[in-house]
Amino acid sequence: MTGVELLIWVRGPGLQLSLAAFILGMTYRILQTYFLGRAKNLAEPRGSPWIHGMKTMWWRSFFHPGMTIRGYFTIISGYTFHLGFIITLLFFDQHIELFKSWTGLSWPALPPLVITVTAVLGIAALVAVLVDRFADPVRYLLSDYQDYLCWVLTVLPLVTGLLLVYKIWLPYTSLLVVHIISFEILLVAIPFTKLSHVFTIFIARWYNGAIAGYKGVQS
Amino acid sequence: MTVSVERGIQTLKEHIDAPVASFFTTCVHCGMCADACLFYTETKDPKYTPIYKLKPLRRLWHQEYTFWGKLAAKLGLSKPVTAAELKAWEELVYDSCTMCGRCSMTCPVGNDIVYMIRKMREGMVAAGFAPSGLKAATERAITIGSPMGVKFPALKNQIKHIEADTGLQIPVDVEGAEYMALLSSMEIMNFPEYIGAIAKIFHNADISWTIASDAFEATNSGIQIGSSDLAAELVERVVAAAERLRVAFVISPECGHAYTALRWEGPNLIGRPYPFEVIHILELLDRLRAQNRLPVTGKIKEKLTFHDPCQIVRRGGVVDEPRRLLDMVAADFAEMEDHGIMNWCCGGGGGVSANERAAKLKLTAFNRKRHQLEALGVNTLVTACANCRITLEEGLEFNNMDVAVLGLAETLAEHLEEQSTSATTETP
Ligand code: SF4
Ligand code: SF4
Repeated sequence: MTGVELLIWVRGPGLQLSLAAFILGMTYRILQTYFLGRAKNLAEPRGSPWIHGMKTMWWRSFFHPGMTIRGYFTIISGYTFHLGFIITLLFFDQHIELFKSWTGLSWPALPPLVITVTAVLGIAALVAVLVDRFADPVRYLLSDYQDYLCWVLTVLPLVTGLLLVYKIWLPYTSLLVVHIISFEILLVAIPFTKLSHVFTIFIARWYNGAIAGYKGVQS
Repeated sequence: MTVSVERGIQTLKEHIDAPVASFFTTCVHCGMCADACLFYTETKDPKYTPIYKLKPLRRLWHQEYTFWGKLAAKLGLSKPVTAAELKAWEELVYDSCTMCGRCSMTCPVGNDIVYMIRKMREGMVAAGFAPSGLKAATERAITIGSPMGVKFPALKNQIKHIEADTGLQIPVDVEGAEYMALLSSMEIMNFPEYIGAIAKIFHNADISWTIASDAFEATNSGIQIGSSDLAAELVERVVAAAERLRVAFVISPECGHAYTALRWEGPNLIGRPYPFEVIHILELLDRLRAQNRLPVTGKIKEKLTFHDPCQIVRRGGVVDEPRRLLDMVAADFAEMEDHGIMNWCCGGGGGVSANERAAKLKLTAFNRKRHQLEALGVNTLVTACANCRITLEEGLEFNNMDVAVLGLAETLAEHLEEQSTSATTETP
C-alpha cells in the first residue's frame, strides 16, 4: 500500500470503522451501567430525585465554595484542555471540510491563528496536568496506567495536528496518516478506557443529585 | 482464601450497582475529594483521600465490568483482591471515615463516595474485617438492645430522676399514643437532660407520646459496621414496638446516624414501607414552632454557633429547622464559614467514636472544628446529636478550649414559656 492509498484508507473506511466502534462501544458501556440497576427506595421521599439530579448535573460544572488550589487548578486546567481540544476539532477549516465531504453540513471555521492558540493552550494544559500528576502526592497515589495512557492518547492528535499545520518533522502525507490514526485510536479508546467519563459524567452527577435530592438536599 | 473473605468479596460484587459503576467509570483521579475530607485536611496523608478508601472495591468493579479488567482476569493477569488487602483497608474504611458525606458534595464528576463507603463496609464486615470496638458495640446492640449495653432498668432509673426533677410523668408503653420517642444510649447515660427537655416541651404542647420499654434505642450499629442483616433486625424491633403501640409517628432523637438508619435506610432494610412516619425531633419542634405551640421567652445574649450533625443535615435533609429553632432563643447566632450542607464533621461519626483504635485520629480530625470555632470566636456551641456532642466535648477538653456545648432541644426547653392552658391537641 502506498502512502496515498493508506491515507485514503484511514480517512475513509478507517475513520468509519473507528466511529462505529466508538458509537457501539459507548452505547454498550452506558447500557451495561444502566442495566446494573439499583434498588427501589422504599423510604418516603422528601424531594424530587429528578429535579435535583438535573441540577447537580449542571452545578458540578462550576467552582464550588471552599475549593482549594487543587480544585481551582483541576477545574481551570480541565476546562482549558477539554475546550482547547473540542474547539480545535470542530473549528479547524480542514476538519470542517472533511465533515462536509461526509455529511454536506458545514459551519464557519476559526482563523488558523486562533486554532493554533487553542491547540497550544490545550497541549499546555495537558502538560501542566501531567506534571501535577507526578508532583501532587494525592494525585500520584490515585493514578494508574490508564491515566497516563489516556493522557498520551489525548495529546497525540493535538501535537501531530500542529506539526502538520506547521510542516514540521515527517513528510506531509505520512504525518497526515499519523495524525488521523492518532484521532481514530482516541475515538476507539473512549468507550474502553476511563476516557468514557466524557459521557458517564452526566450519569454519575445525576445519580449523586438524585440520591441526595430524594432526601431533600441539593448536592 | 478463607470462607469469610470469599463471602466478603462476593458481597462487594453484589453491591456494585448502576451508581457505583457510573462513579468508578467517571472518576478522573483528580484528588479534589481529598480537600473535602477532614481526615486528609488535618493529616495531609494522601491515603486518606476519600476515593482511595475504595480501592479494593474499585478493583473488583474493574475486573468484573470493564473490557481490560475482564480480559486481564481471563488471561490470569489481574491481581485478585486478597485478605491482606482488605485487612490493610480496614483502617481507611472505618477509622478514617465518619461517613459524613462531604466528599460526595465536592467531586467535580459527581461521585457519591460515601454511598460507596457504605457498600464497602458491607463487604468488609462480611469478610470479617471490622474494628473490634464496633463489632462489640454491634453485638451489644443485638443481644442487649443497646450499643452501650443500656437495658431498660437503667433507663427506668433515669426516668425516675427526671420525673422527680421536672414533676412530669414520662409515659412508657402507652398504647394509642400519637408519638413514640426513641433515644440513644448516649442520651440516656450522658445527656438525660434531653429526656426531661422533650417531656417539658411535649407537655406544654399537649402532645400524646410514649417510650417503648422494649425498643427505646434509636441508634443502629448494624449500619455503622455495614451489616444490613443486623441493621434490619434492629429496625424491626422499632417497627414492632411502633405497631404494638399503634403510634402514628416515631421520633428520631438528637442523634445523627439514628435518623439515617430510621428515616432513610430503615424501610429499605426491612423491605417494606413503614405504617408510621419517622420524624426527627428537630422537625417536630419546628412544626410546633410553626403552630405556635413552642412559646419561648428570653434569648441567649452571647454569640453562639450551631454544629450541623452530618447525618441530620447534609445526609438527612433537616437543614433549616435547627436554624429557625435556634433563632428563637439566640440573640447572636453566627454561622461557621462552612455550615449547613457543607459543614465539617466533628470527627466521631460513622462508628469512629465506638472504635477505640481510632481515638487519636479522631482528635486530629477534630482540629478542623477547632479551627472553625477559633475563626468564629465563640464560647457556646449548640448541636443536635449526642454523639457529636460527646466528640466535641472531648476535642474541646483535649485542646483546652473554653467552649460550652449545648443540646438544641434542651436549650429550647430552658427557654420554654410554660403555658397553663395547653395548646390544641391537633396533629401537627
Ligand atoms: S474528586 Fe471525584 S473524580 Fe476526583 S478523585 Fe475524587 S472521586 Fe475521583
Ligand atoms: S464521608 Fe466524610 S470522612 Fe468519609 S471519606 Fe468522605 S469526607 Fe472523608
